[in-house]
Amino acid sequence: MRALTWHGKHDVRMETVPDPKIVNPRDAIIKITSTAICGSDLHLYDSMIPSMEKGDILGHEFMGEVVETGPGSTLRKGQRVVVPFVIACGQCFHCSKQQFSGCENSNPAETQDLGEIAYGTAMTGLFGYSHMTGGYAGGQAEYVRVPYSDVGPIVIPDGLDDEQVLFLSDILPTGWMAAENCQIEPGDTVAVWGCGPVGLFSIQSALIQGAHKVIAIDHHPRRLELAKSLGAQVINYHDVKVREALMAMTGGIGPDACIDAVGMESHGFSIDNVVDAVKVATRLGTDRAHVLREVLMACRTGGRVSIPGVYGGVGDKIPIGALMEKGLQIRTGQTHVHKYLRPLLDLIGEGVIDTTFLISHRLPLERAPDGYKMFKEDQNTVTKVVLKPDWEKEAA
Amino acid sequence: MSDESIARALQSDAPLTAAVRQRDVANAVAEERGWHEAALVGRTITINRPRAELYAFWRDFRNLALFMENVERVTPGDDRRSHWVVRAPAGRTVEWDSILTEEVENELLAWESAEGADIKNAGRIEFRDAPPGRGTQITATIVYEPLGGDLGKLVAKLFQKEPKIQARRELRRFKQLIETGEISTAKTSDAAPQG
Ligand SMILES: [Zn+2]
Ligand SMILES: [Zn+2]
Repeated sequence: MRALTWHGKHDVRMETVPDPKIVNPRDAIIKITSTAICGSDLHLYDSMIPSMEKGDILGHEFMGEVVETGPGSTLRKGQRVVVPFVIACGQCFHCSKQQFSGCENSNPAETQDLGEIAYGTAMTGLFGYSHMTGGYAGGQAEYVRVPYSDVGPIVIPDGLDDEQVLFLSDILPTGWMAAENCQIEPGDTVAVWGCGPVGLFSIQSALIQGAHKVIAIDHHPRRLELAKSLGAQVINYHDVKVREALMAMTGGIGPDACIDAVGMESHGFSIDNVVDAVKVATRLGTDRAHVLREVLMACRTGGRVSIPGVYGGVGDKIPIGALMEKGLQIRTGQTHVHKYLRPLLDLIGEGVIDTTFLISHRLPLERAPDGYKMFKEDQNTVTKVVLKPDWEKEAA
Repeated sequence: MSDESIARALQSDAPLTAAVRQRDVANAVAEERGWHEAALVGRTITINRPRAELYAFWRDFRNLALFMENVERVTPGDDRRSHWVVRAPAGRTVEWDSILTEEVENELLAWESAEGADIKNAGRIEFRDAPPGRGTQITATIVYEPLGGDLGKLVAKLFQKEPKIQARRELRRFKQLIETGEISTAKTSDAAPQG
């Protein structure tokens, strides 16, 4: 099959690789019909994530058609499914608490060691996201092997096309959980740092979940326009001081809840963002925590802080005094995708949520390397790239 | 491995899995047994299943080959004796008889290698209820005599240089198998790029 493989910093290639096979009883093989490039794929593209190996197949936002099933799979050939980027077994303690991104079993035993060193606990398996998270082949390919296929994938009813449901795989539930972590109450103002895909879906979700007002912060004009079109008021941080503006817009109190949808990328990618998990224990300040600092300073007393933005190592100069003195609550974590699939699919079906506005580019899978380059270099206009394996075939 | 030293260690609140305690206990074990040295590995894991189920699975020693990476097979002899065949590097195998030295149903299994074993070793696995609704806590403790020479190198490789890591991985695989019915893997050598 054809697949996008990682070879090093800013070096991803389309290659011919063997087709995946059923390995375990609960596996299924999915023929990919649509896959997207996620903002966090850029961390891999920029070589910021340790334990990548040459030839790794990327991609963790994908959907497709079931073409093969193991004896333990509950899927049937021909079904259309969206697959969560988090791989979860459904049977461990964390899964039983619906904390799917904490699944204890999906990361193979031999790839759990690094997580234990870096985070004090093993990480959960993820598709196409380094060997620290299991070394699973990703979905920017023609086919993908899906473990625990009786637990993760959600079957899509006829009548909904790929682009309406693709983002259930990652960024939509991620934005939704980010808003849910704000525990929104009537009258609340929610501030969202970062208007990338997750930030935009956080805005949309916060409004659906009952926020009185959402304030979006970014500097890309196109992204701020999209935030506005969703109903947010906006702050361009190039023009004004963020905290002062937020105080003015919230009657001098500060936002009730704040979402950091930027993470370690704040101020762009740079070498001091490098997360070397082995050195993390001894080296301070690997992650740029600029946004998190601003969030903690701006949030109102007794407010809630939600962090969907990815941090990977250790941060310094965190205003822990503000955190404690103001009695802030912090909630964070990789998304428990499985938990949100059904309710969000329903909201899409009812027309309450439409995510297609985000797609700026559609490319054949064969042009995935161009997609990465565009996304990396122009984050203003390239809001989301969707790749279609079928397209080159149709053209051929 | 019903030694006093280990029993003492287990009574302590500081778990046997802590490295400092492990060193103390290993020294005591070596002294008691007349080994020139003892390496000890301890590890605790929580498994989301009832104690009796886990105990029964482990008590049928044949099952151990299902999740222990290097164990080719365990053949039960009589009720207390079993024969272990362990894969070693370079296509070799190491074998020994293991004797059950202690058994408390649903609580404890302890064993020790019989006279003349290629690798002198002893182990102990304890089953305790986890807090309500969380299944069972298992603590595995294994001691063995590190050897010099060719066989020593082989043994070191067998325990992957870092026996702690090996033990952790074995218990992880046990947990995966029991909780999910399969051992998770991303090894699809077939899916690696060609050329
Ligand atoms: Zn993602
Ligand atoms: Zn699980």
